[in-house]
Amino acid sequence: MTIATEQSKANAALKTEQWMRMYRRMVMIREFEEQVNELYTRALMPGLAHLYVGEEAVAVGICEALQPTDYITSTHRGHGHCVAKGASPDRMFAELLGKEAGYCRGKGGSMHIADPATGNLGANAIVGGSAGIATGAALSSKRLGTGQVAVCFFGEGALGQGVLYEVMNLAALWKLPVIYVCENNLYTEYTHYSETTAGDILARGTAFGVHAESVDGQDVRAVYAAAQRLVDGARKGEGPAFLVCATYRYSGHHVGDINREYYRSKQEEQEWKTKRDPIKNFTAWLIDQKLSDASTLGGIQSEVRAEMKAAVEFAITAPYPTAEQAEEDVYA
Amino acid sequence: MPEVATRELTFAQAIREALAEEMRRDSRVCIFGEDVAEAGTPFKVLSGLVEEFGRERVMDTPISEAGFTGMGVGAAMTGLRPVVDIMFGDFLTLTMDQLVNQAAKVHYMSGGTWKVPMVLRTTLGATRRSAAQHSQSLHAWLSHVPGLKVVMPSTPYDAKGLLKTAIRDENPVVFFEDKMMYKQKGPVPEEEYTIPFGAADVKRKGEDITIVATSSMVQVALGAADLLEKIGVDAEVIDPRTTWPLDEKTLIESAKKTSRAMVVDEGYGRYGVTGEIASVIAEGAFYNLEAPVKRMGAMHVPIPFSPPLEDVTVPTEQEVFEAARTLCGKG
Ligand SMILES: Cc1ncc(C[n+]2csc(CCOP(=O)(O)OP(=O)(O)O)c2C)c(N)n1
Ligand SMILES: [Mg+2]
Repeated sequence: MTIATEQSKANAALKTEQWMRMYRRMVMIREFEEQVNELYTRALMPGLAHLYVGEEAVAVGICEALQPTDYITSTHRGHGHCVAKGASPDRMFAELLGKEAGYCRGKGGSMHIADPATGNLGANAIVGGSAGIATGAALSSKRLGTGQVAVCFFGEGALGQGVLYEVMNLAALWKLPVIYVCENNLYTEYTHYSETTAGDILARGTAFGVHAESVDGQDVRAVYAAAQRLVDGARKGEGPAFLVCATYRYSGHHVGDINREYYRSKQEEQEWKTKRDPIKNFTAWLIDQKLSDASTLGGIQSEVRAEMKAAVEFAITAPYPTAEQAEEDVYA
Repeated sequence: MPEVATRELTFAQAIREALAEEMRRDSRVCIFGEDVAEAGTPFKVLSGLVEEFGRERVMDTPISEAGFTGMGVGAAMTGLRPVVDIMFGDFLTLTMDQLVNQAAKVHYMSGGTWKVPMVLRTTLGATRRSAAQHSQSLHAWLSHVPGLKVVMPSTPYDAKGLLKTAIRDENPVVFFEDKMMYKQKGPVPEEEYTIPFGAADVKRKGEDITIVATSSMVQVALGAADLLEKIGVDAEVIDPRTTWPLDEKTLIESAKKTSRAMVVDEGYGRYGVTGEIASVIAEGAFYNLEAPVKRMGAMHVPIPFSPPLEDVTVPTEQEVFEAARTLCGKG
């Protein structure tokens, strides 16, 4: 064997390992959300949660291109971003149930998970609320010369917020290493995005000289390839980028949004689920490429499911914070 | 409250009915905000309005609070009567320039030439397990600013009458609805009525202590009054209904009569509504008071998500009862 083929074999093995990791992460997100829905229907979870099911390829494809030290900011629909960036499900579930063991010690809940250890600056319940934070993190990276990249995840609804354009302009002027990732899942709550979004979405980036492109957000390989290129560019000092991912949320706006027919058809939902499911399609590709087989992939799925069940159990039995803790972490 | 028992409506229905009646009466009245049309808002307060009035008058907007609030100001100046919907009171922060620097200033700054007959409806209140960015009660911020009227109804009856007054007002009005109250029922007469601003309502007559309570805290105060009655304390519960204009006279007269007063409001205490009302009472009834005016509001923390934490951030019946009892020297 020549050195060159040996190297390409090693690369292929590495790549396979990476594909399998991405597969597992997507399955983790889906199974995580299954459990969240279950917690809601069993009335075990306080409040509501916005599920990421159907959008797994976006978070996983993007985060696979990031270093652990890179930053992300997330949204009200943020569980997927958290998992993809490496958060551990038991502490996430604990947070969703308001338990002391949660990432925010119960103070944040579903919409506010933050984790410095994985570069997660925090999920945000204000639409567009993290655009400034992500861009500010990119400013730090540039000034401090750390080489970190910041990814700002947001739904297409955030395109309505002026702050996004203020910071895109700044990021372009100052050539900041920030990637604006727009998850266009077609709906802002109960309204189709075409009713609220005029003109060309990509042009909103290019108008500022921000490199902009779109990608099939249901294809984890395509998302990853685009992310890798844009993240590399940002890291090299080429400035910000804007990536629009075409995707779809399978469930309601939140777990309580059950009757959706007044704003979208069952048929539309069914089409995305059957034809454009990111996990199904990736599974088929892995098998087709002989990178894995059905039983291995099924095995991973069962493993992940068991892991999630254990994580939920952990959260259910974990203690609540005590009432006095309400006044902890208050400095003013 | 009218004498004759009338039909019951929920708080949400009362709001919807006020809007529908005003929209029928005046074709200039229109609504805009996020998910206000077919969705009828996440709280379903506006359900049915788009079906009756069409999308020309019930308009879904993008998630652009600053932009569409500003449009509300401009549209109000030029012939429409917009009712702007801000889904959660927490998002008021995004509208602040439009409200504070524009809506509130236009009339005065233009030497009285322009008017802004706009209503902005939004919510307040915690305990919905929605965490720090969806649970705040920010009405004090707006009550602070000359040029804005601030309304905070506590019953379906008040909500309907006050909203109709708000829509007919020639100037900007910010209207706060307790999101936990939408399903609460109360009597609302079929006949047309409005409620003037600046007229407090005595929700319970009493002789021993005055409890001034706003919005979400009115029911809490009434519950506390029941507990007080059991220990022989006769509490008067007064709802100012509008923080601006404020019915100082009714508050002061009541405190003079009872000689003890406390104020309960879900906003933060510091620099807040309770401080303002307490000082109005302290100044106006000083020589009749037998104790300093007591204030109760939200704990000074961002509202936490976890139920056992969130529950201690908002005054409860029991806490109001205990504070009143102490104020009356009964324990
Ligand atoms: C500033 C602001 N306005 C309104 C809301 C209420 N809200 C929560 S999620 C949402 C829709 C967001 O749509 P999108 O950004 O497309 O994200 P998706 O839910 O589709 O993931 C709205 C209007 C909010 N949280 N913040
Ligand atoms: Mg969306």
